[in-house]
Amino acid sequence: MQDDKELQQKLHPAMVEGDHSFATVTDKISDLTLKKKTPFHWFFGFAIAFMVMQVLLITIVWLVTKGVGVFGTNQPVGWAFPIINFVWWIGIGHAGTLISAILLLLNQKWRTSINRFAEAMTLFAVACAGLYPVFHTGRPWLAYWLFPYPNTMSIWPQFRSPLIWDVFAVSTYATVSLLFWYIGLIPDLATLRDRAKNKYFKFVYAIFSWGWRGSARHWHRYELTYLILAGLSTPLVLSVHSTVSFDFSVSQIPGWHATFFPPYFVAGAIYAGFAMVLILAIPLRHLYNMSDFITKTHLILMGKVMLATGLIVGYSYIAEIFFGWYGGSQYEWFMIKNRIWEGPYWMFYWCLIFCNVLSIQFLWFKRFRESEFWLFIFSIIVSIGMWLERFVIIVTSLQRDFLPSSWAMYSPTIFDWSMFVGTLGMFFTLLFLFVRFVPVISIFEVRTLLPEANVHGHQQDFEENVNEVEYTYDRTDPPNE
Amino acid sequence: MEHKLHGIMAEFDTPTQLVDAARRARDEGYVKTDAFSPFPLHEIDEALGIKRSILPYLIFAGGITGLVSGLGLTYFVHVIDWPIIVGGRPAFSLPAFIPPMFELTILFAAFVAVFGMLFLNGLPAPYHPVFNVPRFALATREKFFLIIESADPKYDYAETRRFMESLDAQEVFDVED
Repeated sequence: MQDDKELQQKLHPAMVEGDHSFATVTDKISDLTLKKKTPFHWFFGFAIAFMVMQVLLITIVWLVTKGVGVFGTNQPVGWAFPIINFVWWIGIGHAGTLISAILLLLNQKWRTSINRFAEAMTLFAVACAGLYPVFHTGRPWLAYWLFPYPNTMSIWPQFRSPLIWDVFAVSTYATVSLLFWYIGLIPDLATLRDRAKNKYFKFVYAIFSWGWRGSARHWHRYELTYLILAGLSTPLVLSVHSTVSFDFSVSQIPGWHATFFPPYFVAGAIYAGFAMVLILAIPLRHLYNMSDFITKTHLILMGKVMLATGLIVGYSYIAEIFFGWYGGSQYEWFMIKNRIWEGPYWMFYWCLIFCNVLSIQFLWFKRFRESEFWLFIFSIIVSIGMWLERFVIIVTSLQRDFLPSSWAMYSPTIFDWSMFVGTLGMFFTLLFLFVRFVPVISIFEVRTLLPEANVHGHQQDFEENVNEVEYTYDRTDPPNE
Repeated sequence: MEHKLHGIMAEFDTPTQLVDAARRARDEGYVKTDAFSPFPLHEIDEALGIKRSILPYLIFAGGITGLVSGLGLTYFVHVIDWPIIVGGRPAFSLPAFIPPMFELTILFAAFVAVFGMLFLNGLPAPYHPVFNVPRFALATREKFFLIIESADPKYDYAETRRFMESLDAQEVFDVED
């Protein structure tokens, strides 16, 4: 009997640990926003993040006052920190959509307790990413020129340009992610409305929950919508990073002009995103005592996804070198040599290989996958590595292109750095606010994971007659013969 | 004037009890019924006789509208209003127009999905008679409710109330209108 239990645990690891009922799940998660006194570490973390965000505001003020010349970006490296950081942030967002949409379609139950904050992470990462192109245009107050609208200048955007594709892809992505996240929130906001004691909070939650009352007819349409949104988000998320990669691959620059960029970028995005989800999940489950819902199983599975996508990324690095050699273009081959051992930035390349390819090989071993400490360390290393990857792709390709007379070195200025650090501040400020005011885990979806959520009835009778064993049809676990 | 009730509501502890009760109400011939649960229950659709929503068709139509708008926009801009030849490509260079068309397809479909769902659900609905039952606040926490509305052709206060009490309910409430 004991062995059976262990085997069962191995085959279908519990997604909710501890002794929970609908009520305790609801109370535990909603109390974070409603009842508990705001903990000291929240104020501490929020204060730091908020201060760092001021660095962003100062940078933006200076940037708008003086112009984009305050950045180190200059010919031939006309695209540097702003796009590196843009791609880095957008990539991080992708894990949120992967968890909420693709894992839903694949019926992966473990997504349920991490999807809410992963989606919030997506939204905030996309918000950070969006700042870069807008402020890098130099005249951000004219950023609306990017959108097609009838105007007195009778000028339209050029739809054959990947940059306009990017505008469409990123703005659609931001909108659909927001809708998806908000739709997921409505039933939980209704829970908060019904449980809030404070009149003002109750009012605000009532407004945002649209009068949700959990009617069966509403749930029916709600589930259809949720499923279809997942189906729409899946190609969308793949299209977004593909479009981002078109920004590079449609150009003629050696090191960018490659057909395998879309899958390479998408894998890298998911890789970086899962690293960020782990960076957020590990402190969250401890500080807020959520380890019943974000279990060890979740962390191990995320570690596995990170390993898998990391291997795809490693494969892409090898493919990149192979194409550079096999393509027979002297410029491509020169770029590879320049990037890896002859050029001035060779060290960045090897740091990137260390972070993204070598370090995660430890995740093959159970010891490292099951250790929160190591997962956290590897996630940070991978985040740095993915940032370096964009740096290497962008800077080493541009700094020595076809004409030796236009070769130059690139180095960022303090404003490049302060803008990057500032967006980190903004990201964490938004996250702290999210954790304080919105349920960080989807309450209604966690309820469905509990055994008592299953309806016992006809299926049970059927199974009993067939097998003549005591068996309850269980929606969380597929029946195993 | 006669004081009219919105309906009669029963409270249950488990989803199984709710589904069984809904099934019995349907067998009894009640049609103006609804169930409330803190999470989606697939079995309730069949038990209450909820028909599949037309929402997926609306979303499909929304997606097609987005696709056509994307094509129309790019065609109008680059072929009709302001044809500029870039890199020797034809004015109508469809492959390059696919990304905006695709994104608009997704965008329109997602908007229809979300706002269509809210519209068909009759939301936002800040007031609804069921909120008059104080215990109903637990519908978003742990309890399950079944209601038979007074608009039901078979509704008769004494009769329906007796039926509701015969179910395996925790408690039966009159719902004020």
